[in-house]
Order: sequence, then structure tokens, then C-alpha cells
Amino acid sequence: MSENAEDKAVSIPAQSTGSATLTKNAAPGETLLKVTGLQKHFPIRKGLLQRQVGAVRAVDGIDFEVKSGETLGVVGESGCGKSTMGRLITRLLEPTAGTVEFEGRDITHLGVGAMRPMRRDVQMIFQDPYSSLNPRHTIGTIVGAPFKLQGVTPEGGIKKEVQRLLSVVGLSPEHYNRYPHEFSGGQRQRIGIARALALNPKLVVADEPVSALDVSIQAQVVNLLDDLQQELGLTYVIIAHDLSVVRHVSDRIAVMYLGKIVELADRDSLYKAPMHPYTKALMSAVPIPDPRRRSAKSERILLKGDVPSPISPPSGCRFHTRCWKATEICKTVEPPLLELKPGQQVACHHPENAEDQAPHDTVLLTAARDAVELVAVGTAAELAEAERAAAAATEEPADVAKTSGPEAGNAGDDAAAAADAGTEGESPEPTEK
Amino acid sequence: MTELSKSGAAMTEPVKDSRPPSAFLEVRDLKVHFPTDDGLVKSVDGLNFTLEKGKTLGIVGESGSGKSVTSLGIMGLHTAGQYGKRKAQISGEIWLDGTELLSADPDYVRKLRGREMAMIFQDPLSALHPYYTIGQQIVEAYRIHNKVDKKTARRRAVEMLDRVGIPQPDKRVDSYPHEFSGGMRQRAMIAMSLVNNPELLIADEPTTALDVTVQAQILDLIRDLQKEFGSAVIVITHDLGVVAELSDDILVMYGGRCIERGPAEKVFYEPRHPYTWGLLGSMPRLDREQTERLIPVKGSPPSLINIPSGCAFNPRCPYADVPKDNVTRTVRPELSEVGSQHWAACHMTQEQRERIWIEEIAPKL
Repeated sequence: MSENAEDKAVSIPAQSTGSATLTKNAAPGETLLKVTGLQKHFPIRKGLLQRQVGAVRAVDGIDFEVKSGETLGVVGESGCGKSTMGRLITRLLEPTAGTVEFEGRDITHLGVGAMRPMRRDVQMIFQDPYSSLNPRHTIGTIVGAPFKLQGVTPEGGIKKEVQRLLSVVGLSPEHYNRYPHEFSGGQRQRIGIARALALNPKLVVADEPVSALDVSIQAQVVNLLDDLQQELGLTYVIIAHDLSVVRHVSDRIAVMYLGKIVELADRDSLYKAPMHPYTKALMSAVPIPDPRRRSAKSERILLKGDVPSPISPPSGCRFHTRCWKATEICKTVEPPLLELKPGQQVACHHPENAEDQAPHDTVLLTAARDAVELVAVGTAAELAEAERAAAAATEEPADVAKTSGPEAGNAGDDAAAAADAGTEGESPEPTEK
Repeated sequence: MTELSKSGAAMTEPVKDSRPPSAFLEVRDLKVHFPTDDGLVKSVDGLNFTLEKGKTLGIVGESGSGKSVTSLGIMGLHTAGQYGKRKAQISGEIWLDGTELLSADPDYVRKLRGREMAMIFQDPLSALHPYYTIGQQIVEAYRIHNKVDKKTARRRAVEMLDRVGIPQPDKRVDSYPHEFSGGMRQRAMIAMSLVNNPELLIADEPTTALDVTVQAQILDLIRDLQKEFGSAVIVITHDLGVVAELSDDILVMYGGRCIERGPAEKVFYEPRHPYTWGLLGSMPRLDREQTERLIPVKGSPPSLINIPSGCAFNPRCPYADVPKDNVTRTVRPELSEVGSQHWAACHMTQEQRERIWIEEIAPKL
């Protein structure tokens, strides 16, 4: 990026044709995007009359805010609604219910025409750099398209501006006349980023921006996004399934499960002391690139089965079918997203690392007993031991919760939470070199 | 140290004769080239490794580094293509349990395939036939190699589905692939590949298409099954986390060649090739404190038609100018021993690499 140092002062394309409300820049820390009760149900139609017989509840009532200048990471498994959420806030999909406010203005039901000026401020980077670039257009046409669509003529002409953008994202300005097939995956993703930046947006929604790329290229793109944010003061919503990438890029992180946000917290709180059992399980499932961890007696929470169908999500807490802490209340009452610690919201009746929200309800569901498997990865002896432990746990269900979360007993004890450090089972030997 | 040399497949430099090796699987100077209109694509260009039963070898590399081509080569699946002149050119030797596969009768290799060696593919949806039930597909795989009646084979299919953790296996055996979720399909694929107790199992990106919680289940399953069946396993992946979870030994590929291989601990803790450093540096890690920035490898992987002269990594290597006389751009480095059972192909001296690793790379990771 050194050759782009002079590009730091980025000229903002003339916005005179835009509506007046859009020209003021939100100060850092101000709420840029506010989402309330957002829902998207995709109808399932059947039969001759195409009657609606059900709905895929892809996004089922989520609330969050994105502050100017920050990066919100959204994680979850496939089918949890994270991409649908991304398309809803960019208004590529029409929400079923709820509101989306951008800079204090309700944009939930703006029409195509009314939405157009907004498009300048909200841009998207897509996952697959192969299908998101038109193979028949040159790079110049692709990156220059936003100017033509918005009727904006940047200073010095479109071509010059496109070439400048190309150099901002680390491509050569000579690439102007080339076609997408002449580029590698990483370069294509850079083209997608250049296109998203063309109109100097305030909010960039990136849906899995690096998951189609090789590891070494992934790092280049992650660093590029980082640099651009610092230079241009961008606000990002980054949707990804890779927890380590999300931790690297985000300031705050929302964890989604079956169309709901189950935990929304600052990066450090989330990774050091996750409160929702799902977050905890998700993080413990990430393979750690360290062979010594494997031989160390590490503890991993292995969720059984798959994510239930979003057509008929489980009642109450949606995670109760796979949760090892689930009790009767989880089956019947949906837990609200509450701020249990400053900067950490969680929707759970029996959170980890925090006070139990339903202490009276202690009887575990039968499903909870075998919802989870604790695996001590290591020698065969250890495995057998784990099996024995699992067998014992089936007899004494209450113990499952204890063994699964050693720090669950010390609710609210920050020291214990910090020691937990977001990863399961510290190896006895120091892992740092 | 003694522990390390005992662990893992003993990896020895190949001897130039063609006597059957003592190792269970030995690949010697494997080359797989594809003629195309644009030129010869050297997907694998001289690969050597050995693998013992009960051990796992992890092959890591970026897309286009030749990982999958290697696995298909071992399975003998390249020669099967009917492309006339466009047939893949394969040379070298692949010794499986005392038999050389490349020069063997294709019918003989076909009998081995599925029984002695089996494969788990990346995308279970495209690897399973949509028209047949899971049970039919497993039964077919079993009956090709075993003279049993349909009932026995079906019992075996149910037993395998149960073993890989599919609930209600006696019912699910009659399901079609589309009725299974991604994780269950991958389990069914594993059941199918293990139905004949193969001695060699090749898993090509077994978890790439899966979610992280399901990935953890599948990795666990592969590990358990290996312990139970004692097979030799080759795991091919781009994810260093997956490799660290499963492998005894690691082979890092770049531009169709092996650039570093050794016991997993060595490759992670004392890597001796700048590309391996690059891979470790470009990966955000959950088990470490948050780093300010990732350290990416500049540039992009080489084209296999036009592999850079000298060291294939030289255009991307930050240390390409450390060795004298421009040797990195003219001479292709050979694998040399850098430790016990540990090889790397780099022109820098071992002292230089050790110094760079300890002083410059390791502190930043």
C-alpha cells in the first residue's frame, strides 16, 4: 500500500445531485445504521393455487446498531440468516417486518427511485468474485458503472477516477481495459472492493469477502479492508463463517443462530468470555493450528446433530434442542436479548460467565443430556476416559453442565473468565515460542 | 527427539532403485502433467513421500498446488479419463503394500480401489448419486468387493451408517442424498468409503464444505475411525487447523512440488521454508492474542504452465535475495534435511533460515 500513500486524501465524488439528508457525514461513534425487529420470511407455496403453506424464517426479528467507523462482524453457521440479513440492510431484499434506519432515516420501504441516492452510501462486497463481475465487461466498465448509474462525474473524469481506485485497492491502473477472466480470485475480489468504494460509501456490507480465497490471499484482502477503513473512515458490516477472520476484523460481533442474534458483544468480551452456550460451542469447534494442542488434554464441546430447519424453528430458545444447559423454561419461553454486562448482550436463560437468568429452573431436559459430547482429544486411553465420563454424565445430568463449563460455577467472576481466554483447555506447556 | 523420530511415517529420501519399499505407501518421484492448448500443465512435478499404516499425512497447499491431483494419481483416477491425446502423463512410482500401482494392470488397480484404498471427496452432494438411496450406494460398494447377498450387504450398510453416527440408520439407509444435511452426507460418504475396511484412506478437503460445528464432528469421526481401523490416512486441505488436528506428518506443496515436509510439530514450530512461514503468518488465529495485522504472502500462486524458474516461490519470497548469485532464480532447490525426519527445499543456509525464523517470523506470529 506504500505506493498509495498519496491517495490518503480521497476526493469525495460530487454529491450535489443527491438528497440533502445524505450529505452530512455521521461523526465517528454516532449511530449510522439502526435495525429494529427486522424479519424476512420467504413464503413456501404449494399446489395449483400456489397457496402459501409455510415460510422459511430466514431472519426472524433482530435488533442491532452499527456505529459510524466501527466494524460489526456477523457469524453463524450456514442457514442462520446472516446473508439474508446483509441483503436486508442493503435493501436488496424487502423486509417482511421491522425497520432499517440509516443515518436516522427510515429506509425500510423506500422504492427503487427513492433508494437510489442511498445506494451511494451503502455498498456491498460479494462473496464470490467469479460470479459478481460481469465477464463481458472490462474492469473499467465494471468499476466505472456506479458513476454512470448515479450520474456522477468525478473530478478528472471517470477513467482517471477508476484508475485511481484500482491503485487504491492494490491493482495496476493499466488493468483498466482487461476482462475479469484475466485476473486471479484475489485480484477479482479487489476489483469488487474497488467498485464498492467508487462512490465513497459510508457503510460497506461485505458478505463472506474472503472465504472464496486462498489463505495467503485472504490475508492480503483482510489487510486491504483494514487499510481502507483507516484511510477512508469506512463502516463495515462483515458477514463471515470463519470465527478467526471475524475476530481479526471486527470491533463488535453478532452471533446468529436460526434467524436470531443470540449474542452481540465487543470482540474481546465475546472471545474471552462468551455467554451464550452456542457461542462457546462454536468457538471450541474451531480447529486450532497447533499440533501440541491436540496432545494436550483439550476440552471441546461437540454439538450433536445439525441446525434445525428455519421453516419450523424450535419453540422457546431456538438452541434448546442442541444445548446442554437447556431446561424447561428454554423450551417454552424465548429468551430476550439482554445486556448482562456493559457491551455484551445475550439471549439465554442460563448464560455462561454470567448470572443465571432463570435460577429456579434447574432440571435439565432429557435432550440436554445427550445434546453434547465432550471430547478429550488425545490418546485412545483419554478417549476411553471421555467415553466413561460421558456415560457417567448420562446418569448425573447435572454434572454435564459442570464439566462443560468449568467456569460456569464462578458466575460473573472476571478472573476466571479471563483465564478461560476464549479457548478451551489451556495446554499445560506454554504454547508461545 | 526420540519420541519424534518414532512418531509419524518414517520419511526417507527415495532410493533410486525400484525394489519394493518397506513402507506401506511410498510415492517416488510422482509427476502428473496435463497437455493443454496453452502448454504442459505440470500439476505434480516430482513428489516423494512415505506413509505407514495407522499414521496420518496432511498435505497442505493453496488451490492449484497439486494436492488433489496427487490424491487422484494415487487412486489411479487420472488414467481412467478418455481424452485421447489429452490423457494425463503420469510417471514415477506408487508403491502400495509392496505393489507398484502405476505399472500394474488397470483391472488389478480397480480391484484395489474401494477395497484397499478409498477416498472421501470434498463435496458429498456431487460425489453421491442423486438417483440412488444412500443404502443402495453403500451396498453397491460393498458387493463389488465381497460376494455376499443383498441382505447381508444391507446389514453391513446399516452397521456402517450407525458407526459414523447417523441416527436411526435402519431408516435412513433408504433415504436419498438430498434428504440428508451436509454433515450427514459427509458421514454417509465416510461410511461408504470405509465399508470395505480400506488400508489407505484419502480425504480430499473432507470438511471444507461444512460448518465449523459439523466440521468438528467429522474430524473427530475420522480420528476415531482411524484408531479403530488402523488405516493409513492422507488428509488434503488448505486449512492448517484441520491439518494440525489430524496429522502426524505434514507435507507442504507449492507449484506442484513439495517444499517442506516433516512431523507436524516440526512444521508448526520450526518451519524452514519461507512459504510455510507465509502460510502461518497469513492466518488469523483464535488461540493467540489478537495481532495488529496479518502478514500475507505477496503476489499470487504461480501458473502451473509457466512455473517460475529456479525456486517456484522466488517471485513471492521476501528472502529471495538472501542467497548469493541470484541462485533462487536460476536453480531449483532440492529438498534437504533440516532436522530429524524434516526436509525443506530452500537455497538459504540452515543457519540463515533458523535466524530469520527465530528473530523475524516467530515473534510476529
